[in-house]
Amino acid sequence: MIKVTDLYKAFKGNEVLKGISLSVKKGETAVIIGPSGSGKTTFLRCLNLLEVPDAGTIQIGDLSMSFSGNHRHRTRDVTNFRKRTGMVFQGYHLFPHKTAVENVMEGPIVVQKQNKKEARERALALLEKVGLAEHAEKYPYQLSGGQEQRVGIARAMAMNPDVLLFDEPTSALDPELVGEVLNVMKDLAEEGMTMVVVTHEMAFAREVANQVIFMDGGKIIEKGTPEDIFDRSENERTNQFLNRIKVRV
Amino acid sequence: MELSARASDILHLLLNSFWPILKAGLAFTIPLTLITFALGLILGFIIAIIRLFKIKVLKDIAYLYVWVIRGTPLLVQLFILFYGLPSIGLILDPFTAAVIGFTLNMGAYNSEIIRAAIDSIHKGQWEAAYSLGMTKAQAMRRIIIPQAMRVSIPPLSNSFISLVKDTSLAATITVGELFRKGQEIAATNYEPFWIYIEVAVIYLIFCTILNYFQSLMEKRTSRHLEQ
Repeated sequence: MIKVTDLYKAFKGNEVLKGISLSVKKGETAVIIGPSGSGKTTFLRCLNLLEVPDAGTIQIGDLSMSFSGNHRHRTRDVTNFRKRTGMVFQGYHLFPHKTAVENVMEGPIVVQKQNKKEARERALALLEKVGLAEHAEKYPYQLSGGQEQRVGIARAMAMNPDVLLFDEPTSALDPELVGEVLNVMKDLAEEGMTMVVVTHEMAFAREVANQVIFMDGGKIIEKGTPEDIFDRSENERTNQFLNRIKVRV
Repeated sequence: MELSARASDILHLLLNSFWPILKAGLAFTIPLTLITFALGLILGFIIAIIRLFKIKVLKDIAYLYVWVIRGTPLLVQLFILFYGLPSIGLILDPFTAAVIGFTLNMGAYNSEIIRAAIDSIHKGQWEAAYSLGMTKAQAMRRIIIPQAMRVSIPPLSNSFISLVKDTSLAATITVGELFRKGQEIAATNYEPFWIYIEVAVIYLIFCTILNYFQSLMEKRTSRHLEQ
């Protein structure tokens, strides 16, 4: 479903991604872990072209895009590619001037030109799925962080993406609200949604991931099953990182 | 006896002049304000978009325009339009000259307000819109502008209220608006103190009414914000 080959990205001469290659099968959940500054968020943002890579290839489904420093892709190609992925942000980024259900309807109406009634029905179904049916008419400021993030997930799913991308979806949440968001993600994984998740929730990674990827210094240090990484890793940097965060598992 | 006769004279004077001055306000001040504010809003929006999207060549022209307008007195701009242009063969009637002058002025100031309002919207909003597959124009129209509008209403109202009062400068290029009418009346009855106070009161009434509409609009656009 996703195949990334030799991805490079630098910001003002500072190399953040130094040759990332990765593949994720359909229905798989890949969890990316690593210290802050390791490039994991940048990598995720490259997958839906919020950051344009300097070099490398990204393939999602049957659509493939190659990057090289001097070639600029056409806006239409970028937009088309983006439609393959849905993004859930650390800071939710719900549209504050729209209600929960309007947030979820927005993409289908504006981008897919669905009619309002249809989009609304589907949006309500999605909100029900994330447990927010009774909050559909509320504005974001009337929701808790956990509820906002669940609306964010519903909004991303409304576009029927091939892949859902999660950028530290629970990092901005109060501890007692983390569970409700992770549960929704777990359900999605079980239903066979293809997901790439950047997170610090190691328990989630262990339980849900098919593939755990450890990144440090802009490179993939190690990847494998949760057991490979959490229990059997012989890599020094992986173990260092895991020991440092062990208190949280 | 003497004093109360004087008081009743003044009262008469004020009552007699109230309607003519108000009429000049309704016939010139208000239309001039509304027309130039509407045009100035459109112009300001266009300039703001040009500068935000850094459109080639146009952005330099826009920059130059804002720089010149904001750096020169409105009164001088009006004089150039009305008294200056005829000498190079372009004759404008007073009202047209005033509309052009005030519109150019409003456009420059409003463009800065609109630009700042759009800039103030969190970049996560753009990213969320892009991540849904929206184009820049769609994101602008559906997500950014509605939020920027709310942010820009207070400063835009401010420039609107300023405009109401600034239109009195049109008196200097012979537009028969509120202030000029007051001047004419004061010149014939030699009671400048009372007439100009009356003029001030009428401006105050106009601005108070407009203020009321502003707060109404702010309430309407802030439904989605925490109270």
